[in-house]
Amino acid sequence: MQKIKLENINELLQSMAQIGKVYAPIEKAGQVNYYEWNKDAKLRLDVLNTVKSAKDVFFPQTEDLASFKTEGKEISIQAEKPLDEDFAVFGVRACDVKSFDILDKVFIEENTDEFYKARREHGVVISHACNEPEETCFCTTFGIDASAPKGDIETYTVGDTLYWLPVTDKGKEYSAKLGNILEEADESQVNKQKETIKAIMDKLPLKDVTTQAFGAGKTMEYFDRPEWKELSEACIGCGTCTYVCPTCQCYDIRDYDTGKSIERFRCWDSCMYSDFTMMAHGNPRKTQTERFRQRFMHKLVYFPDNNNGEFSCVGCGRCVAKCPISMNIVKVMKALGGK
Amino acid sequence: MQEVIKKRVKELFDNNTIVRAIGWENGEFFYDHTPAVFDSAADMDVFVYDNFCASNLSKYLINHCAPEGKTLVLLKPCDTYSFNQLLTEHRINKDNIYIIGIGCDGMVDIDKIRALGIKGITKITQNGDELVIDTMYGEKKCKKADVLLEKCLSCKGKKHMIYDELISENEDEMPQDASKRFDLVNELENMTSEERFAFWQNELSKCIRCNACRNICPACSCRKCVFDNSASGVASKANADSFEEKMFHIIRAFHVAGRCTDCGECTRVCPQGIPLHLLNRKFIKDINTLYGEYQAGETADQRGPLTDYTQQDVEPTFISDKEVK
Ligand code: SF4
Ligand code: SF4
Ligand code: SF4
Ligand code: SF4
Repeated sequence: MQKIKLENINELLQSMAQIGKVYAPIEKAGQVNYYEWNKDAKLRLDVLNTVKSAKDVFFPQTEDLASFKTEGKEISIQAEKPLDEDFAVFGVRACDVKSFDILDKVFIEENTDEFYKARREHGVVISHACNEPEETCFCTTFGIDASAPKGDIETYTVGDTLYWLPVTDKGKEYSAKLGNILEEADESQVNKQKETIKAIMDKLPLKDVTTQAFGAGKTMEYFDRPEWKELSEACIGCGTCTYVCPTCQCYDIRDYDTGKSIERFRCWDSCMYSDFTMMAHGNPRKTQTERFRQRFMHKLVYFPDNNNGEFSCVGCGRCVAKCPISMNIVKVMKALGGK
Repeated sequence: MQEVIKKRVKELFDNNTIVRAIGWENGEFFYDHTPAVFDSAADMDVFVYDNFCASNLSKYLINHCAPEGKTLVLLKPCDTYSFNQLLTEHRINKDNIYIIGIGCDGMVDIDKIRALGIKGITKITQNGDELVIDTMYGEKKCKKADVLLEKCLSCKGKKHMIYDELISENEDEMPQDASKRFDLVNELENMTSEERFAFWQNELSKCIRCNACRNICPACSCRKCVFDNSASGVASKANADSFEEKMFHIIRAFHVAGRCTDCGECTRVCPQGIPLHLLNRKFIKDINTLYGEYQAGETADQRGPLTDYTQQDVEPTFISDKEVK
């Protein structure tokens, strides 16, 4: 384990930026999201939940896929190439780290998405333990330990010091490139901190939220439950919950006519939208109740169906904090699954 | 107040005046109330009214004033402007609606409390103009005035513009800060166009295009929005900070110009904290300058300055003389 004083953190980031781009929680116009770090950036390592989750780094909200141009009778197609340079994402919380595993199942294990896979291969995940979890956090429900956040390198803030622990080979290689900016440290302080965090996790108001009632094979049990209507009654069908969620994975592919060329791009989509999976005959989910049900059934039943019982929620609490009408997965789980 | 309202609504259920009521329902925490449709007096047990009932319920009436029987709606003073505007635009039918105007002394923004660095909030009690905040990390305090929602900072006053009955203790109160409503607009006007562009670029590039601002907006009541129509050529779920976002927001601001009551819901719900109300207030300020003071939703039978024609209307060529910046 190594360490550095927090007051020198910019020097650390400077060294990291020499290895490759660094994405980190950075404040811009009052909000914290993952942006590329530079020396003028306002790093906010203290903020738990960025507005957009860290998935934006591997599965960006929009990305170009190809462009088509016509000149005379010729059509030229220029395909985008997958990323080919190393980068790091710093300050990722345990819940977001776990979300990458879930996205991997979709974008790598089933059919391989070259753009996503290239980013995963080139990206070093540097996590950060949560000293002061929010009342909206319920990562423990999904077996996530906020005191030991996983990733290629784990980091911890204890007092005025940042502790640095490379875990995977990728993490160790990356750390080796940093030279001697970090000094050696023993683990006692971090171990103490972990105990403190665990004690807090035991007191979180949502600690008893359980997935017990849900999982693979329960489609028929939940699909026609009368509660859906009431739960979705006030939903305004915005995409907030899906766009802030680290595990929501649906996207749309569209062509944009620039007048000179056609740009084909991919962008996040939301099952809460009326034109989601629009087909010639219309949207298969005609009412907001059906769309609302889709989002939660996907997380709690359909995804486990296809992924050995794994849920596609990591309990980050973003939808809990951000929904305009304060409806969210916790309320849904409690209303349908008891407790 | 909560209990008085609850009792009265139950009475109205019991004497068959209403068949459903729209209000707020208790959440998981003390601050995350959800708008709810109550179908019976018994349903009302989970009704809640306190510092965290910011959502404007008037837009829900578009879907809830058609079914059989009367729907009761609880409206705070500012919500009544939106209600009137929806009436003006024939989007709702007053005959099917029963309004209880309820008093309000400002709604609290939980995000502003969080922004003070207060984490793990478990309970808030109001003590005069102070809030006592219990958190997992000890007790904290702050002034209610410091953590009011943006929209409450330029409250239009505690008077209800329309109601069937009132449950309010401060109907005639006028907030002191209302005069500051256009301060930030003035600041923006006084910037150079480059500075102003940089300001909006910085703000709007955060937009994740979730459409919460549009979907919550009582003035955005089109059955199908042009931005949802893939045949329109402007539909997009992509947030391209080059152009797309500005186009969406500017078109939306133009479309609600003269109809926006400044209810502040767009800014409240934006997950990225974009001050969308400043776009709308610029229009409101200009309309006031060009056509005389106008407040959308003040009554249901006024004609909007942009949808009406009078001989005194400014001609486009005169606009520059009027010195709208
Ligand atoms: S569903 Fe909500 S709590 Fe779960 S991962 Fe998504 S945003 Fe986080
Ligand atoms: S959900 Fe867990 S891992 Fe995520 S921010 Fe909260 S405490 Fe940390
Ligand atoms: S649940 Fe909330 S955030 Fe999600 S679409 Fe409905 S209103 Fe929007
Ligand atoms: S609510 Fe905010 S983030 Fe969402 S579309 Fe509107 S401006 Fe963009």
